[in-house]
Amino acid sequence: MAMRLTKEELQTVRALQLQAAENRRALINLTYVSGYSHLGGPLSACDFLTALYGQFLRWDKNRLDDPERDRFILSKGHNADILYCIFANLGLYPMEDLLKEYKNYLGRWGEHPNRFHNPGFEICSGSLGHGLSVSCGMAMAGRIDKSDRRVFCLVGDGELQEGSNWEAIMLAGHQQYGNLVLVVDKNKCQGCRLTGETIRDENLGQRIASFGWDVREVENGNDMKQLYAALRDLPASTPGHGKPVCLILHTTKGCGVQYMEDGMAKWHAGGIGDDRIQETYASIDSKLAAQLAETDRLIAEAE
Amino acid sequence: MEKITWEMSAEEAKGSARAAFIKKIYELAKTNDSICLVNCDCSPDGSVQDKFSKEFGDRFIDTGIMEQNACGLAAGLALSGKTVFCQAFGPFLSTRAIEFVYLDGAYNDAPVTYIGTHCGVTAAAGPTHAAVLDIAFMRSMPNMTVISPADAGQIEKVMEAAVDYPHPIYVRCARGEEPLVYKTNDYPYEIGKAIIAREGKDVTLIGCGNGVHQCVVAAELLEREGSDARVIDMHTIAPLDKEAIYAAMRETKGIVTCEDHMVNGGLGSAVAEVVSECEDPSLRIPVKRLGLPITEFFIQGSPEEVYAYYGYDYNGVCKATKELLGR
Repeated sequence: MAMRLTKEELQTVRALQLQAAENRRALINLTYVSGYSHLGGPLSACDFLTALYGQFLRWDKNRLDDPERDRFILSKGHNADILYCIFANLGLYPMEDLLKEYKNYLGRWGEHPNRFHNPGFEICSGSLGHGLSVSCGMAMAGRIDKSDRRVFCLVGDGELQEGSNWEAIMLAGHQQYGNLVLVVDKNKCQGCRLTGETIRDENLGQRIASFGWDVREVENGNDMKQLYAALRDLPASTPGHGKPVCLILHTTKGCGVQYMEDGMAKWHAGGIGDDRIQETYASIDSKLAAQLAETDRLIAEAE
Repeated sequence: MEKITWEMSAEEAKGSARAAFIKKIYELAKTNDSICLVNCDCSPDGSVQDKFSKEFGDRFIDTGIMEQNACGLAAGLALSGKTVFCQAFGPFLSTRAIEFVYLDGAYNDAPVTYIGTHCGVTAAAGPTHAAVLDIAFMRSMPNMTVISPADAGQIEKVMEAAVDYPHPIYVRCARGEEPLVYKTNDYPYEIGKAIIAREGKDVTLIGCGNGVHQCVVAAELLEREGSDARVIDMHTIAPLDKEAIYAAMRETKGIVTCEDHMVNGGLGSAVAEVVSECEDPSLRIPVKRLGLPITEFFIQGSPEEVYAYYGYDYNGVCKATKELLGR
């Protein structure tokens, strides 16, 4: 994949890689402290979300109600816990608050996000197959306002089994929402088993493209360099007519923690006890070290 | 009991809720550029498409036949600051798309006005095309306001009130021409405030939607037989005007409810809840709920035939009232 990252971009990638590992550690700590959270999906989506919020979303954490902000819609609401951690690391609220309240009695942060209680969230989500419909409405509003603000919507590949997504995909293609970006976290595994074994989906990109979408595949959706290039190279957002964009991120469920990557559906959600916590952090650290070594080499080569 | 046929007098008129809706949305959108209309392939004669879309372009969308996506899309528009009316066939809006109304609309507290047409059995097209669970579903949701206007004229008042309303609303409309309960449209209207359509001191008839007309006619018939019936137009089922019900409990001997909806979970159930939970047991009065029974999927027939068959036309209201009063 030709990414053509400049030295400066590679340095940003390096910072994002560090940040993604920090977000993973926070998620693992949240799971350890709370006893249970979703893991597989949050970890597969972590790199994308880190890149989006760290670099590409037009968004100001101090002006969350800015009408001209880009919208990010987390349709796969069960991945909220990684976003809770990302927002805490970005300084929206203290991490201690999240650790204290997550899934606890009367706490603000729950297993699925609530826009009234959780800063940074645009909608309450959790039931799959809703986010893209809401995103279509937000894209339509952008068109009415003649604004170039974008709407990003993150869905899981298993989630695409919900039929309402295909209503929205059909509609957005027809309406030509050139301000809409659908991001598929294709981690190839759903709650019980492999997604492709549940419903065949090997030609997902073609299917979506057939509805009039500009489909772009990211070969490794956990590689920050590839994510950076894909997000950088998005066509300009337009409130007028243009193809909606679909980024299919080929990711690894549980990415960043080796035993979770190996366990697939087994680590859709779960707890981490004292027996595994050190191993888990060590796995994150060793994978980060390998990433940084490669990025540093590329930076050196770019000089 | 002998059945009486009510003949409409020359002053009485009918009106189409759908036509009134389209007329009004056009008027409102002309002076308010925040107003958007989402429509699911359900405007008569394509009149919305022809007129609204040409004039207001991007503020109109006909999603086609996809009520789920339309209800979610409407919420997305509303969350972006738009004033949104989302019109769909009531049967599909209130059953197929219910989770999208519940989560995207109600849970997010997105101020969409969802308008269901063809509600009750007014489509005369069988259970697949009848919205007869909608009041029960919608009034069970936090944040959701549920309105069943008494006639086509009242639709316009509801829409005016809906424009600046900060929460989602579900409005149920009939399919075709329905009798007008109100001769003029100059009466005050407020969401959540019941209208006393007729004063009376013996018994209270509470209707919503075209049930109000059945109650008004029944009250006229009862008057001929010496009973003085109050009629309440309970256009807003959620939040319910409890004060109007408390007054009926204090001032009359019983309540009969009439609605084109399943008898379980609808207006009658809402009224019965208030009566049974009244803190002063001495105030409690008998309640008889009229509507579709839960024992079967309803028969085929015109709306009037179905109302009569299940005893929730004006004759049914008279019969139930007399039984309630022991006359």
